Amino acid sequence: MSALLRWGRPLAAGLCGVLFGAGLSVAQMTNPRKVLDFLDVTGRWDASLLFVLGAAVGVYAIAHLCIRRRAAPLLDVRFHWPLPGIIDARLVGGSMLFGVGWGIAGYCPGTAVATLGQGRAEALWVLPAIVLGTVLQRVLLAGPDVRGTNGLPSDRVPVGGGRGGRAP
Amino acid sequence: MITMQSFSFAPALVGGLLIGLASVLLLALLGRIAGVSGILGDAFTRHPSGQLWRWMFLLGLLTGAAGHAAVAGTDATAGARTGFPAPLLVLAGLLTGFGASLANGCTSGHGVCGLGRLSARSLLATLTFLLAAMVATYGVRHVAGVAP
Repeated sequence: MSALLRWGRPLAAGLCGVLFGAGLSVAQMTNPRKVLDFLDVTGRWDASLLFVLGAAVGVYAIAHLCIRRRAAPLLDVRFHWPLPGIIDARLVGGSMLFGVGWGIAGYCPGTAVATLGQGRAEALWVLPAIVLGTVLQRVLLAGPDVRGTNGLPSDRVPVGGGRGGRAP
Repeated sequence: MITMQSFSFAPALVGGLLIGLASVLLLALLGRIAGVSGILGDAFTRHPSGQLWRWMFLLGLLTGAAGHAAVAGTDATAGARTGFPAPLLVLAGLLTGFGASLANGCTSGHGVCGLGRLSARSLLATLTFLLAAMVATYGVRHVAGVAP
């Protein structure tokens, strides 16, 4: 593996993280009250989150059309696309549980990490609980699901060495 | 009855564009989906080798938010609430982590990247968690009376 790939990947990922975190903060999504004000459609509704999501999806949708035609990303030998899955109970049930958790306190995984950076005390409760919940799910429900791949992103499928075609 | 309260159009748009740009760059450079629940979960549960990019993304996420909050001063952390019950924070976190892992995505993975790829699964996931979250918020705010 060349030095460019070896160090370029983590550096690029760090830059993406910075932009992502700054975006969450600029959009005030790091304020859980703002998130709940969006979800609280019967109360003082705040539509901001809709525009955050709309802008992000819009940019991604347009860029995705161009990027997906390429053979590979700049710093890896292939794209790690999610496997084509089906609509099943894991997807719907998991999304319902996630939504309830999100709606109770106003934190999703991204904002929990971001608010930890901002020194919000609530993140000290929420973020470890999110990690624990994730670990519990992966330990308790680790059996093969209908996708035959354990429902995991493509880089976790143990075929041909798994790790995205990268040399072991 | 829906009544508009406050509405920060420009910050929402600029913030959303930044989130979109970050997700696009992660795809164009590393070929990865910017799904925070997946990146966070994999960072903690997968074999440590080849994980550096995930930890760097999370570290960047943390510092990017911290950096903007520091530059913007009080605005970014305005309305910091106090007294929200810690047991509810823990319950919310457990459900969030468990559910996002089961559904293979959260607001970023399904909500931004999945919708951007026009994935039917992600559309259903997003509509489902939005609806579930609205019900949960209603319960916490208007039934249980936990404010704000």
